[in-house]
Amino acid sequence: MRLLYLALLPGVALLFVFNYLPIYGIIAAFKDYRFNLGFLGSEWNDFHHFRILFGHPFFWRIFRNTVIISVLRIAFGFPAPIILALLINELANRKFKRVVQSVSYLPHFFSWVVLAGILVEILSPQRGIVGYLFGLAGQPAPLLLTDPGLFRPMLVATGIWQEVGWGSVIYLAAMAAIDPELHETGRIDGANRLQQAVHITLPSLLPVVTILFILRLGNVLNAGFDQIFNLYSPLVYEVADIIDTYVYRQGIIERQYGFTTAVGLFKNVIGVALIVGSNSVIKRYSEYGLW
Amino acid sequence: MAITGKALLDSTLDETQRLVRASGARPWLLRRKTAGGLAFDACNGLFFIVLTLSFLYPFWHTVILSFSGILDVRTLGLHIWLGRWQTGAYEYILSDPSTLVGYANSIFRAVAGTTLTLVVTFLTAYPLAKRTLPGRGLVTAYILVTMFFAGGLIPTYLVIRKIGLIDSRWVLILPLLANGFYIIIMRNYLMTVDPAFEESAFMDGANYLQIMARIVAPLCKPVLATIALWTMVLHWNSWFDALIYLRDESKIVLQLLLRRLLLAEQATLDRIREFGGAIDAEDRLPSEAVKAATTLITIGPIILVYPFLQRYFIKGIFLGSLKG
Repeated sequence: MRLLYLALLPGVALLFVFNYLPIYGIIAAFKDYRFNLGFLGSEWNDFHHFRILFGHPFFWRIFRNTVIISVLRIAFGFPAPIILALLINELANRKFKRVVQSVSYLPHFFSWVVLAGILVEILSPQRGIVGYLFGLAGQPAPLLLTDPGLFRPMLVATGIWQEVGWGSVIYLAAMAAIDPELHETGRIDGANRLQQAVHITLPSLLPVVTILFILRLGNVLNAGFDQIFNLYSPLVYEVADIIDTYVYRQGIIERQYGFTTAVGLFKNVIGVALIVGSNSVIKRYSEYGLW
Repeated sequence: MAITGKALLDSTLDETQRLVRASGARPWLLRRKTAGGLAFDACNGLFFIVLTLSFLYPFWHTVILSFSGILDVRTLGLHIWLGRWQTGAYEYILSDPSTLVGYANSIFRAVAGTTLTLVVTFLTAYPLAKRTLPGRGLVTAYILVTMFFAGGLIPTYLVIRKIGLIDSRWVLILPLLANGFYIIIMRNYLMTVDPAFEESAFMDGANYLQIMARIVAPLCKPVLATIALWTMVLHWNSWFDALIYLRDESKIVLQLLLRRLLLAEQATLDRIREFGGAIDAEDRLPSEAVKAATTLITIGPIILVYPFLQRYFIKGIFLGSLKG
């Protein structure tokens, strides 16, 4: 028995240091944090960071960017894997289907450092294929990485490119579970494939869709740090600087630890509120929900 | 919250797999061939050919770019093949000792990180799977909390600085070792293992350690393989921790090296251009080729394990069910 408790020790200790201590460290948001004084020794500062935060014009810029990018991602990126799964489901050739799926997962397994390296060339107005195709159409090449008007659509599109294949896996699994009798009955009643997709397949996906949607809403303030951080430049800060990139620059680079902890805490609180709120709204109107 | 959602999702998916197996469903056999249907199939097939190309082309473009000379780079539009395949970029990378250092460091963190993660996950999960262990519920709750709440970037950074891990190799490994999600998955799997195996070993006088290593661990191979692949890919692709915690050049990881090259300032670009003592402008090594070649050697190992990745990652999605 004692050996069993001993086995628990490393895991419990690691979680304490790397998960529980940082949670405790959130108190830095309410203090004038000094590194040499530590979390405990630093002085309380009467919500100074939060008052600065909400009065800061910069804050509203990063907040707006975060929400806009995230909402765009949900509006276009959330339905994309569902649509892809529906279309893959209609493919009759098994081998082709497997090839399509294998290839579509590919970008999911690479970091945004790698993907940025690849995409910067693809999207380059001088050398990339995008510029080339525009050239064929007699149009000037779009400056996708530096034009503030185009940067957000580029983020959303490349984000979908990365995750759509992988995202469709879960929906395809759910589709495979649909009782074939349902489709058989639909067919006998004269439903065509579109009608079957809309009236049989889609409703069967609803529980999975609802759960993933609530989880996604809880992440509204996570607008995609890795992708933005590896693709943005000061030219597009005005439309692309989000809470997380700002926290990195002000916290790690400029060492405003207390202030950026406050920004992070604000973000987490909103996230929890969104997930609780959307869950209760969805529960009121349907039978699905997280809890 | 994340857990409850995942659990619900997983129970749906479990049901899914059961039904598929039971029915042997082949939905496409149910189709009637109509003119509209055929037209749709043609469009859909075409759409997927274009889509597949859109996933493959960027990678092929990178391959072409890595073998390009300065003239090819200047005229690149849609290049599917090269007149002359030049290997200057790869020669440059091999001549640069930091590439090898980066590769070695990335391999170290992936191998050491994965091995230790498996050990910690298994050691923590095994006692928690014992229904009779006093305090089991308490420890499980302690682990679940870490899946709900996190301190965030800055508090985590401050803790790591306080305990003196900055610029240590272990900063890339230790914080990732105990992962609540992996531990719970492992525990759930262990709870399905028949206790009779262990009881007979106990009769023969084996202790817990021997039982864990010789009897239980081999039974858990599928879960261990899945967690190993997840962890390995995570380690291979990580760069942000190395960016904020490490200063020492000798500890740099491949991903960060690539990031730095992509953002290279003029001095580096000049060094690349003059590589191999090129005199004529046309013999110079294009920095784009070096960037592309570095990108490819960074993703090389992932491509090599890709067939396993697909199988086990997808299995993993269905492993996460949180019963009990």
